[in-house]
Amino acid sequence: MLLGFRPSLRLLSPRLQLLQSRSVQSEHPATSAAVDSVLSALRSICGEDGVSFGAAVREQHGRDESIHRCCPPDVVVFPRCVEEVSELAKVCHQHNLPIIPFGTGTGLEGGVSAVKGGVCFSLRNMDQVLDLHPEDFDVTVEPGVTRKALNSHLRDTGLWFPVDPGADASLCGMAATSASGTNAVRYGTMRENVLNLEAVLADGTVLHTAGKGRRPRKTAAGYNLTNLLVGSEGTLGIITKATLRLYGIPEAMVSAVCSFPSVQAAVDSTVQILQAGVPIARIEFLDDVMMDACNRFSSLSYAVSPTLFLEFHGSERSLEEQVLTAEDITQSNGGSDFQWARDAGSRERLWKARHDAWYAALALRPGCKAYATDVCVPLSRLPQIIVETKQDLMENRLTGPIAGHVGDGNFHCLMVVEPSDPEELHRVHLFTERLARRALALDGTCTGEHGVGLGKRALLCEEVGPEAVKVMQRLKDSLDPKNLMNPGKIL
Amino acid sequence: MSGRVLVGVKRVIDYAVKIRVKPDNSCVVTDGVKHSMNPFCEIAVEEAVKMKEKKLIKEVVVVSCGPQQAMETIRTALAMGADRGIHVEVTGKDYENLGPLQVSKIMAALAKKEDALLVILGKQAIDDDCNQTGQMTAALLDWPQGTFASELSMEGDKIKVVREIDGGLETVKINTPAVITADLRLNTPRYATLPNIMKAKKKKIANVKPADLGVDITSRLEVLRVDEPPQREAGVKVETVDDLLARLKEAGRI
Repeated sequence: MLLGFRPSLRLLSPRLQLLQSRSVQSEHPATSAAVDSVLSALRSICGEDGVSFGAAVREQHGRDESIHRCCPPDVVVFPRCVEEVSELAKVCHQHNLPIIPFGTGTGLEGGVSAVKGGVCFSLRNMDQVLDLHPEDFDVTVEPGVTRKALNSHLRDTGLWFPVDPGADASLCGMAATSASGTNAVRYGTMRENVLNLEAVLADGTVLHTAGKGRRPRKTAAGYNLTNLLVGSEGTLGIITKATLRLYGIPEAMVSAVCSFPSVQAAVDSTVQILQAGVPIARIEFLDDVMMDACNRFSSLSYAVSPTLFLEFHGSERSLEEQVLTAEDITQSNGGSDFQWARDAGSRERLWKARHDAWYAALALRPGCKAYATDVCVPLSRLPQIIVETKQDLMENRLTGPIAGHVGDGNFHCLMVVEPSDPEELHRVHLFTERLARRALALDGTCTGEHGVGLGKRALLCEEVGPEAVKVMQRLKDSLDPKNLMNPGKIL
Repeated sequence: MSGRVLVGVKRVIDYAVKIRVKPDNSCVVTDGVKHSMNPFCEIAVEEAVKMKEKKLIKEVVVVSCGPQQAMETIRTALAMGADRGIHVEVTGKDYENLGPLQVSKIMAALAKKEDALLVILGKQAIDDDCNQTGQMTAALLDWPQGTFASELSMEGDKIKVVREIDGGLETVKINTPAVITADLRLNTPRYATLPNIMKAKKKKIANVKPADLGVDITSRLEVLRVDEPPQREAGVKVETVDDLLARLKEAGRI
C-alpha cells in the first residue's frame, strides 16, 4: 500500500536531482546536452510557458489525494490541444521517457505517481465543452472539464451528468479510472456512460475508440476499444476527449434517513428495496462508528447505529410510490421512522453527515491520515462481509468507520492511521489485504471504484487470475511496447 | 391589485467563461461565447415562482431586453415556472449601448402597463456590475425599494425585506407596489428540467419595441475603450536587504 521510491531511468543526473530539491534554484541548471535537447523539443511544441521544471509544480503533479508518497515527475508539460499532446508523446517515445497523464490529481490510488520519473502531461488547459447535443443526450468534453463544470454548463438544458465520485474530478480522468459514485445504483458508472474516447497512444498515434465524432447510443461494431481504455488508468493512452451519456435532471428529489438496530437489518432493507424494483437513486450506508464521528464533527444528533441515507428521483407521483414502498420495507426490518427532506436546502443538510464523512473520520484522531478501502461484493454477500469486517477492526484495534454505496455492494472503511507509526501502518496494511481477500472469496472485487493504481497490483492477479493478467499484459505490450504509459500502475 | 409580479432577466456571458477583449479594444468578445441568464436574475425568478407556489401572488411575467437571443433567456425563466414572457426587442448599436437607465425606463413602463404588484430584479448584472436598474426603476415609478434582499415576506399589503448591508442585516417594511432586487442568499434557484422545458415552449412570449412603450433608449454614455487587466508579471528574487531597497527605489515605490 505504501510505496518505496524506485529510482530508475531518471531523466536527470543525480547531481541535478540534488539541485532540484533545493528551494532556491537557478533558472537554467547545468544539464547534459541530451536533457537540453529534450527540453527544447518540448518547449518548441507547447511554448515556454507550457513546460515547467519548478520543484513546486513537479511536486504538485506527483501526488494525488491518496496516502501514497509523492513521486514527482522530471518535468511537467501543459499541452493546449490534441495535436500538441501527440507531438509531445512522439518526443517522449523517441527518448524513452515515461508519460504520466494528469487531470485534477483527485485520485485515491496513487495513479499519478511518477515512479520512474518522466514527463507529466497536465491536461488542464484543454478545458472546452465541445459538441453538446441535448436532443441526443450526449456531449463531448476535453480533459480539463470537471464534472461540476460540465453540470454548470448544462444547467439550462435540463440535462446533467450524474456520475458523482465526490471530488470535482476531471471527466476524462474519471473515464481513465472507471469512476463511480453515490448514484451508480441508478445511473451506472463511467463504464456505462462513455460512448467514445479520443486518446493519444505512447507513440503519438491519435485513436478514436468508436470512430471520429461517432455517438450512437449503442453499437455492435468491432472490439469495444472504448471500454478497454475506460479504467486503464493512463497505462494505455492519454485521453484527450470523452463523449458522455447525459440524463434528464430529475423533476423532483426526496431524501430520507433511517436508522436500524443492526447492520444486517440495514443491508437486508437495501437488498429488498432493490428487489422490489424501486429505482432508488442513492442508498448509502454508514455504520455506528461513522454516525458517531459525524455527530461529533457536524454537531448533529443522529442515532448512533447503522444508518441508511436514501435519495429518490422522479416525478412527484412516482416519488410518492417509491417512498411508500421503501418505508414499508425498512419498517418491516425494524428501521426507525424516516427523517425527510424535499427542497434543496433541507436535502443538503440531511446529506451533510454523509458528505463530511471523510473529514469526520479524520477528526476522530487529529493529526492522522486516512485511507479508504474499496471492496465490492454481490449484494447478497454484503451483510456477511460487513459484519466480518467490523469484527476484524475491533479485534485489531483499528479505527475504520464504514461508509458505503450499499446499492452496489460497495463499501469503504475509512482507515484512520498515524502515518509515523510503522506498527499501526503495518496492521492497517494487513487488514486491507485480509479485507480484499475476504471480498474475493465472496465473488467480489478488491476495487469497486478507486482503481488498482500502485497499491493493488498483487490483488489484481488474485482477482482476475493469471490467464486474464497475461491477456492484459499482451494488450499492454501491443499498445505500449516500451512501457512508457504510466509505468508501475495496474500491471 | 393584480397579484402580478414582473421579473427582469438579463442575458449575459456565462460566469464560467474566460473573458477576452477584442483586438481593437472596443468591447469584449461575445461571438460564439456561451451566454446564460445572469445569476442574480435566476434568483429573482426563483423567488417569484416560489411566491406563486405559496399562492401569495397570481402570475409571474418575465421580461428581457435585447436581440432575438434574449428569447432563450426568457424560455429558461418560463421553464423555471414563470407564466409568460415579454421580449423587448433591442438590436445592434442600440443593444450595445443599452444600460440601466434605458432598461429601468422600460421596466417602469411595463410595470404600469401590467399593473404589477412587485418588480423583482437581480441586484446587479455580472457583466457590467452596475447595480442601478432596480433603484432607478423604483425612482421612476416613485415606488419603495427593497434592495439586496436576502429574505422576503408578504405581510398583508406590505412586504418585509431583510437586506444584506455592509454592517450586517437590515430589516425594512415597505408598501406595495414595490421594487425588490435579489441578493445571493435569497434562495437557491431550481434547475430547468426537461418536462418543464417542454411545457415552456407552449407558454406565450409577447414581442414589443421600446417605442411601443413610449421609451427613448438613446444612451448618454459612450464607451471609449476596453482593456484587459494588466498581465501579472513574474516576481523577482533578491539576495539582500540593500538589493531590495535598491529595486524598490528603481520602481519608484519608495
